Amino acid sequence: MPDPILSIRAVSKEFHVGKSRVQAIDDVSLDVFEGECLAIVGESGSGKSTLANMILGLGAPTSGAIRFKNVELPAKRSKLHRRQIQLVQQNPLSALNPRRSIGASLRLALDVHGHGQRADRPDMVAALLKEVGLDPDMATRSPSGLSGGQRQRIAIARALACQSQVVVLDEPTSALDVLVQARVLRLLNALRASRKLTYIFITHDLSVVRNIADRVAVFQKGKLVEIAQTETLFANPTCDYTSTLISAVPVVSPEEVALRDALANVRVF
Amino acid sequence: MKRAIYILLSNPLSILGLVLVGLVFFCAAFADFIAPYPEHAGAVINFAFANKPPSAEYLLGTDVVGRDLLSRIIYAYQVALGMGLVVLLIAPPIGVALGLIAGYIGGWTDFVLMRITDIFLSIPPLVLALAIMGVMEPTLINAMLAVTAMWWPWYARLVYNITRGEKVEGYVLAAEVIGASKAHIMFREILPNCFPAIVTKMTLDFGYVILIASSLSFLGLGVQAPTPDLGSMVSEGTRYLPDSWWMTVFPGLAIMIAVFGFNLVGDVLRDVLEPD
Repeated sequence: MPDPILSIRAVSKEFHVGKSRVQAIDDVSLDVFEGECLAIVGESGSGKSTLANMILGLGAPTSGAIRFKNVELPAKRSKLHRRQIQLVQQNPLSALNPRRSIGASLRLALDVHGHGQRADRPDMVAALLKEVGLDPDMATRSPSGLSGGQRQRIAIARALACQSQVVVLDEPTSALDVLVQARVLRLLNALRASRKLTYIFITHDLSVVRNIADRVAVFQKGKLVEIAQTETLFANPTCDYTSTLISAVPVVSPEEVALRDALANVRVF
Repeated sequence: MKRAIYILLSNPLSILGLVLVGLVFFCAAFADFIAPYPEHAGAVINFAFANKPPSAEYLLGTDVVGRDLLSRIIYAYQVALGMGLVVLLIAPPIGVALGLIAGYIGGWTDFVLMRITDIFLSIPPLVLALAIMGVMEPTLINAMLAVTAMWWPWYARLVYNITRGEKVEGYVLAAEVIGASKAHIMFREILPNCFPAIVTKMTLDFGYVILIASSLSFLGLGVQAPTPDLGSMVSEGTRYLPDSWWMTVFPGLAIMIAVFGFNLVGDVLRDVLEPD
């Protein structure tokens, strides 16, 4: 087994709501290996977003440690830490500032991390837009009027701009229709190969999981109940909860058929 | 731009607003050329022509010492607009900065800054300005300071509320995850989203600042004689009502034109800048 790129060790997270305590994440340990796509599934409230936020440094664990390449990540992340792990959010409509140009949104990542020479950055922005299959001339436009799929591509380009190795994908395709979803998933797969990225793919959509993930971690009420290779997990889930989750979706749902067809047929761009 | 022109032309009131505001600015800018008696802006005394009703010679009549009211109103617009400009150059930046910081940083910073703002907001504005003017000498500069002191909390409140809403938007989260500084997020990401509301409020406030400034000088606490001021002209005129009605009515109308004009323009700007 190689060393994991990201290692979560005995992490717990409690929230205090008034006088009651909520155990959002309960003693979770898992490893993410370089270049894999690990899906984190679970119903809403299962703690998957809380875990993602802690990985991103948006909330410190109550106990436990998160290590990146064997170095523990502090609660207050430096720019260097931020650069390693980036995020693509669920809602493409709010992810881009409506009052700033697309180019400015992408430039921010380059400026903050000092990637490239000042004079080269407009070209770098253009290259990023091209890499996610968009028109480089889009840089001067405002995001209003762009489709959800286009916005999500820009959000992906923004994560790439940091030159991060790990990308947390928080339901990146759940707001998109099937065909656009398939295109974005294909783009993500292509980028994973070309940029040697590691994905932590948070979703509740098992048809997406089956089509993109190498391994799946199943969360229930803040606990990691099962983690296995995707085929193994779908073929013989060891945990009752996983079986329930899988059986809650028809064996092959119409959506999944549509998605699979679309994935087979669409090109990335 | 096309949309802006369409909104403008589709509403006759907005055209009226622009005409009124244009008139006020025109009077202030070219007072020296359009005032029939420019020297009457100062301490001229001409008892032979005192208390004259409107005539061809003095279009809006004369005051108690025989100065042309039209000339004095035109020059008074200079003072009023200067007051508005100064107050609206100082008060909004203070309020906007505090509102952004309180809204974005949150926690104790939020609590302390917004409670201070609330204290200012809980005092009726004119009372606050009167209290400040009571302590200080009644001069134009001090009047500007007093009005500024009562004005910034409204901007702090406005921007605070917008910031609280924008803070949870995805683009703020994205900037945080990238590692952008708090200053960048507040002033480059969130602030541009506050601009439409700020600009609209500033336009509306231009009229209200003129109104409050006139109220202060009506009470004798603002601009002092012989500088022409709409509020003090109304105040002087009231002693000669109802016989010499023009001394009160015309300065009063002049205040109304300015306030009404800025209100109409503010409404148009809201429609243009905040399309919802």
